[in-house]
Amino acid sequence: MRSSWIWRSASAVRVVTFSTSLCVTALFALLCAVPSLFAQGGEPEYFAIRGAKVAPVSGPPMENATVVISRGIITAVGKDAVIPAEAWVIDGKGLTVYPGLIDSFTDVGIPAAVPAGGEGGGARRPQESARGPQDRPNSTPWRSAADEASLSDKRIETWRSAGFTTVVSAPKGGFFPGQAAVLNLAGERAGDLVVKSPVAIPLGLQPSGGFLSGFPDSLMGVLSYVHQVWLDTAWSVNAQTLYEQNPRGVQRPRYDRTEAGLSEAFEEKKPVLIPANSSLQLRRALELAERWEVNGVIYGGQMAYEVAPEIAAKKIPVLVNLKWPEAEKDADPDEKPSLRTLRFRDRAPSSPAALAKAGVKFAFYSGSITAPKDILKAAKKSIDAGLAPDAALRALTLSPAEIFGVADRLGSIENGKMADLVVTDGDLFEEKTKIKMVFVDGHKFEIHEPEKPKDAPKGDVSGTWKLSYTTPEGSEGSTADLSMEKDGTITGMITSHRGTANIIRGYLSGDKISFTINIPLDQGPTDIIFSGTFDGTSLKGTINVSNLGLSLDFTGVKPGSRSNAEAGAASQEGDAR
Amino acid sequence: MNRALKLTAIVGAFLALFVPRMANAAPPPEGPSVILIQNATVLTVSHGTLEHASILIKDGKIAEVGLSIKAPKDAQIIDGAGQFVMPGIIDCHSHIAIDGGVNEGSVSVSSMANIADVIDSDDIDIYRDLAGGVTAANILHGSANSIGGQTEVIKLRWGQPAEKLPFEGAVPGIKFALGENPKRSNFSLPGQPKRYPATRMGVEETIRGAFAEARDYEKTWEEYDKRVAAGEKNLIPPHRDLKLDPLVEVLQGKRYVHAHCYREDEILMLLRVAKEFGFKVRTLQHVLEGYKVADEIAAAGTGASTFSDWWAYKVEAYDAIPYNAAVMTRRGVIVSINSDDAEEATHLNQEAAKTMKFGGLSHDEALKLVTINPAMQLGIDKRVGSIDIGKDADLAIYNHDPLSAYAVVQKTLIDGRVYFDRQRDIAERPEREKEKKALLEKEKKAAEKKPDATVNLGRKSGEKKSEEKKPDENKPEDKPKPPQAAVTGAVMDFSAYTVALLSGGAL
Repeated sequence: MRSSWIWRSASAVRVVTFSTSLCVTALFALLCAVPSLFAQGGEPEYFAIRGAKVAPVSGPPMENATVVISRGIITAVGKDAVIPAEAWVIDGKGLTVYPGLIDSFTDVGIPAAVPAGGEGGGARRPQESARGPQDRPNSTPWRSAADEASLSDKRIETWRSAGFTTVVSAPKGGFFPGQAAVLNLAGERAGDLVVKSPVAIPLGLQPSGGFLSGFPDSLMGVLSYVHQVWLDTAWSVNAQTLYEQNPRGVQRPRYDRTEAGLSEAFEEKKPVLIPANSSLQLRRALELAERWEVNGVIYGGQMAYEVAPEIAAKKIPVLVNLKWPEAEKDADPDEKPSLRTLRFRDRAPSSPAALAKAGVKFAFYSGSITAPKDILKAAKKSIDAGLAPDAALRALTLSPAEIFGVADRLGSIENGKMADLVVTDGDLFEEKTKIKMVFVDGHKFEIHEPEKPKDAPKGDVSGTWKLSYTTPEGSEGSTADLSMEKDGTITGMITSHRGTANIIRGYLSGDKISFTINIPLDQGPTDIIFSGTFDGTSLKGTINVSNLGLSLDFTGVKPGSRSNAEAGAASQEGDAR
Repeated sequence: MNRALKLTAIVGAFLALFVPRMANAAPPPEGPSVILIQNATVLTVSHGTLEHASILIKDGKIAEVGLSIKAPKDAQIIDGAGQFVMPGIIDCHSHIAIDGGVNEGSVSVSSMANIADVIDSDDIDIYRDLAGGVTAANILHGSANSIGGQTEVIKLRWGQPAEKLPFEGAVPGIKFALGENPKRSNFSLPGQPKRYPATRMGVEETIRGAFAEARDYEKTWEEYDKRVAAGEKNLIPPHRDLKLDPLVEVLQGKRYVHAHCYREDEILMLLRVAKEFGFKVRTLQHVLEGYKVADEIAAAGTGASTFSDWWAYKVEAYDAIPYNAAVMTRRGVIVSINSDDAEEATHLNQEAAKTMKFGGLSHDEALKLVTINPAMQLGIDKRVGSIDIGKDADLAIYNHDPLSAYAVVQKTLIDGRVYFDRQRDIAERPEREKEKKALLEKEKKAAEKKPDATVNLGRKSGEKKSEEKKPDENKPEDKPKPPQAAVTGAVMDFSAYTVALLSGGAL
């Protein structure tokens, strides 16, 4: 992965958090490497992907076509596209170029933040429960995804690596969590992420705490609250206008942060995102949108297979949650689910096809999927359940762009649009397909997918290991707690005196071992890959820092094992297992 | 609600067992526009019992009732030989079909909450109550608050979307609650502020305070409207307040008050407060001491909706007697018997029958308690509650006299459509079982493909596996359990209490 801002601002790189011993080394290497690698001044700004299959979404796919990117913008698409002399030409043979994928409702890009209190701006003590709508319970509509977007969110990279260049992100929690923004998943500063803001007002309708939690503690209470807030906002907008016309002799209308936070979006008719998954909720959401006189957009939509035509009749778009319902893990095995529940689990993935058939505009979002690679797998399920692959692709690109009012700048591969692209080595929805590179605002990111174990593991690496390596600072060590499954998959954590990091992926294939941790560097999360061989008693191999092209040798032994005396004494306790 | 106290629960549970857990609301039965029920015993409620009579239904309405009605062409014939047809049962106090909580229990006045917003058309209890002959129900907010949420009368049109359930034209209502429940709901966890009120005095003050506020609010709007009518421009309108809007409707007689109550003193208190503010209490609900103040209730023109024979399940129910309904009826009060409970609603016919034993009401008087009387209390008696020409064809067909303990509902019709058919239900059960089994099998197979999920999913969906596991799982149970700490007792009490409050806060 190389991004221009990392290199350009290399001298300004600060080391914020070093959780392993490698980081200082990495910085050292970085400082030394910059001048020789890019003496001419940073990453190219012109690219041409030549001879690739291009799926523009806005039109039919093109074979053997070229896409030209100039300074973050798509400047030419087609078979005869002229390649500028300064462009970095990428051979597109065997590659397919798609518009960057959009996760249409998430909080990726917004690190979890402490909500900023209630009425009047002061932080309300959490135990003080609201005694009515006037206390504005769990409402922070003034919060803005654009303002809270931060590069420190690790998911920016994982989502991008899965092909998502763009997200519609919003703060989470409460009835009016805050304003959503369209964010691009790369940038030098947090502000670079923002494409457009605000683009929507999401709602939550889940009663907060239950019994004794304060108002509202029931769904009907929540709905009455939301009704009241919309009324109050409309009143506020009207009253403020009237007052400004003639303040003399008139009592001034009160200021209310919730009303103020909503009034702009209310006046501009921004989409209001209403949660609704079951057919009961979906029908209710249609009514609510009408009652509130807002531009409703439904999110959830998994039982749309029952009510798609009714949604179509109201012309309300749907964001479909790709976290399909499934049997609850650890459920009571004697508790038989109802037929309705079973039908729902079976048919939920057919909802997108039903929506497409009814003519509803819909987009996909990740819901509670935490591994972004599973998003495309989940989308594939809806294809298996009858959705045309083109429609699935559209639901991840142009449709969300249209729903959120940014189709004029992204969502398809067209001349003049932002250079948000994902390049694969095959059909996007095929499981074998790998994402080769991603462009965000014309910045190129290469994706290296982890290899999967090919052969059965020889032996078992489970246990506590002592790893040793030499950095420019001298000899260092760390402890690796590894746990291996039968197929060779490795999980666990690595601890040094600098901190602890979880293994995000790892395997033992034959005698080949590999495991990766991810640590936050200033420019974003960075993979540290350990790879080598396992001879039954010890480990030997190389540590690679993916971002920086840095590598070190390492050895590993199990403390207490006779083959290695030097490591033994230090950590006898570690071998307790 | 303590089911153990209910003498009739066994019969009801028996009935409920026969209604399978329907997985999904079936598509609305498209009834033929003309139905003729022939040769049945027709309990009209309004004009006695007709033997070997027929009912002609056209476009959802009762078109003819008589001894010799010729079947029109294309009419669907329902053979009523040996069957008893009565008007569909109307339950004046129900908490079924509510999505996301029966109580907005956080505040003493929760009139902003509206049951109409959260009608759950997929609640299986709708179907179960249909199977007990119920065709309409007054869906009430719980009783945690002095002034509770807005209520909604629905028809049990199982399979229709929620928006099709409300009883068209029924007067909207609001739930009040007096006595122990609203005063006990101030219960709080340590460190949390207590909710007012904590006494019956406080309940009265809460209601009085809310109506004083509503009166001011009404006045503010009236003044504003006057100034606008006088041609003033650019006035800032008053705030709309969803809490006070329904109370103003009560003051204007546009919304019925259904007040949960027990003791005579609180009953009289509410009647006094209502008189002071110039509104009427439409029904007193539960009203177990109503027999003590029946004359006052009758004089106030207030209805009473009570239980047949539940008593002593809490302190304010100690003075209850099973003669309550009969005594109040004799003193001129319009009385109904309600369920307050999804299961109880499946045998309201038998609840009504008890008044023949306790108080000596006649057969027809007993039937009225669950048909025309609740219809009058809900303001829907022009449409339903008796078998008369022009009324909605909302009917329950039994295999015995409905006031007999042997009576089982065979068919329930609403608007001339058969929404429950016992034979059809029984016939469809194998098909449903088959589908369920196939879906479970499919899930199991899918889970086996994914090795990471096999353990959990496999066990969950596979009947065999769960049986195999059973011996292992049971082992720890065989071991003697260590004695429970005293703390557990306290926690149990708390949760039982919480459940009592939450489960409708009903009784």
